[in-house]
Amino acid sequence: MKFQKKHFERRHIVELSIKTIMQLALLIVAGALGLILWTIISRGLPSLSWEMVSQIPQGGYYMGKAGGILNAIIGSAYLATGGTFLAMLLSVPIALYLKAYLGKSRWGDYVRLSLDVLWGIPSIVYGAFGFALMILLGMRASLLAGIIVLALVELPIMTRAMDEVIRRMPAELEHAALALGSTKFEVAVNVITRQMLPGIITAILLAFGRGIGDAASVLFTAGYTDRIPTSLMNPTASLPLAVFFQLGSPYPEVRERGYAAALILTIIVLLVSFGSRWLSARLNRYTIK
Amino acid sequence: MESNSKLFDMHSKRKAMNNTHIQVKNLNAYYGRQHALKDVNIEIPKNQITVIMGPSGCGKTTLLKTFNRFFELNEDVKLTGEVLVDGENIYAPDVDVTEVRKVVGLLAQRPTPLPMSIYDNVAYGMRIHQMKSDRVEYKKSVRHYLEIAGLWDEVHKRMHDPATSLSIGQQQRLCLARGLAVEPEIILGDEPTSALDPISSQNIESRLIELKKDYTIVIVTHTLRQAKRLADHIIYMYMGEVMEAGPAHDVFTDPQHERTRQYLEGLF
Repeated sequence: MKFQKKHFERRHIVELSIKTIMQLALLIVAGALGLILWTIISRGLPSLSWEMVSQIPQGGYYMGKAGGILNAIIGSAYLATGGTFLAMLLSVPIALYLKAYLGKSRWGDYVRLSLDVLWGIPSIVYGAFGFALMILLGMRASLLAGIIVLALVELPIMTRAMDEVIRRMPAELEHAALALGSTKFEVAVNVITRQMLPGIITAILLAFGRGIGDAASVLFTAGYTDRIPTSLMNPTASLPLAVFFQLGSPYPEVRERGYAAALILTIIVLLVSFGSRWLSARLNRYTIK
Repeated sequence: MESNSKLFDMHSKRKAMNNTHIQVKNLNAYYGRQHALKDVNIEIPKNQITVIMGPSGCGKTTLLKTFNRFFELNEDVKLTGEVLVDGENIYAPDVDVTEVRKVVGLLAQRPTPLPMSIYDNVAYGMRIHQMKSDRVEYKKSVRHYLEIAGLWDEVHKRMHDPATSLSIGQQQRLCLARGLAVEPEIILGDEPTSALDPISSQNIESRLIELKKDYTIVIVTHTLRQAKRLADHIIYMYMGEVMEAGPAHDVFTDPQHERTRQYLEGLF
């Protein structure tokens, strides 16, 4: 009987109750996710059709007539891809510079602090800023303006996510390359990016996910149109705004299509995130664990 | 042929100069306020194995890291004095630190392969220094240095596997091959066998003994027996000071300082 568990001992009760609270919290989060998915699937799936993803809005679409939201799908793909690409052009050098040259210095802390502040700024503020800038430059709502503002929204997320990943890089690995007479730039390009490539890709796709789902920043800057943009200067539709406009409609069938648009957006984000996991796993071969 | 004549030049140059490869003059090192090296003045002979010994925290690794300018990778550090390699101060203002590290190689405490294949690990250093002109040359050299490190037979069939697929002992020999591939003149070893099993350690030790005819080797160790096996020349440190330096035989049989004698007898 020496080893028999005393179930009513205080420490066992504490453990059991804390464990229950944790499980409950987990259940709430998982439940919320399930509920969101269930809502958009159950409401969106019935109106999801081939027509919906392959056509642009026809006359009377917004009153429930024929057509689809191909304009918004293509528009969002253009906006998010362009924004992510532009943000990447700046993020990768900033993150590598932070690691290789600024390190834990005071300047590094300043840069990180300002990126964190930028991260915290609501995207509607970016939208307003972009709009003000456009007026100043005499630009109209366009794909280009949307891409630029989305890049600004994505930049802090992408850079900080990369920075956090790159900072976890073991110092010995960097030293191994330095000991052979590498410059810091060579360490950054040959060692840090190789070792941290999976994490860097995750950071890029995290930012892509934020970009493609953002409605407020493209509202003023990219505008909305029923046509597929053919130039950077055309206004451009986007999926979040397609959801927003259709859900606000008095016609029930249009509202249903709003849910279908939300479902399409969710599927794109899921595909991108599974794709990134698959890609990371494949690029993992040479990394040092 | 060209590399042969270069090697010959190097040897004749060495012979022409005196027998000191590294000379340390009035070296003081600080981590913040901590005075880690105090007025170090030593000479490290060419083509010998010099072993730096001493109790933990005595500054032996710090001293080693001043030889390839790794000391400055730490934060908030200060260094005064000179380290001369072949008579040239590596802390002079116009020195290219990457050239210093090319000449003074380092074998780290734990093997740290780069995130690439076995082949690329060895070729990496030669590539950044653009030491070869074509693929065939690189292939030849990679093989050559893997042979020197005693690893070729074990890896030649899987050159494109990740370096991490090797055992720890093999990884350390890979790191040795990688270091030798950039054609250094000096090899530093920071307790290079402390993470290895006895057989792998022995393997590395015998490589080092073979290599001393072509290289100057400086290693830090905290195992007395290893020091006795390897050392031609001993530097004994205590609390940041060099207590004793000289030929291994002299230091082991007739230490000049009480501290050294106690250490050698295993009293602390």
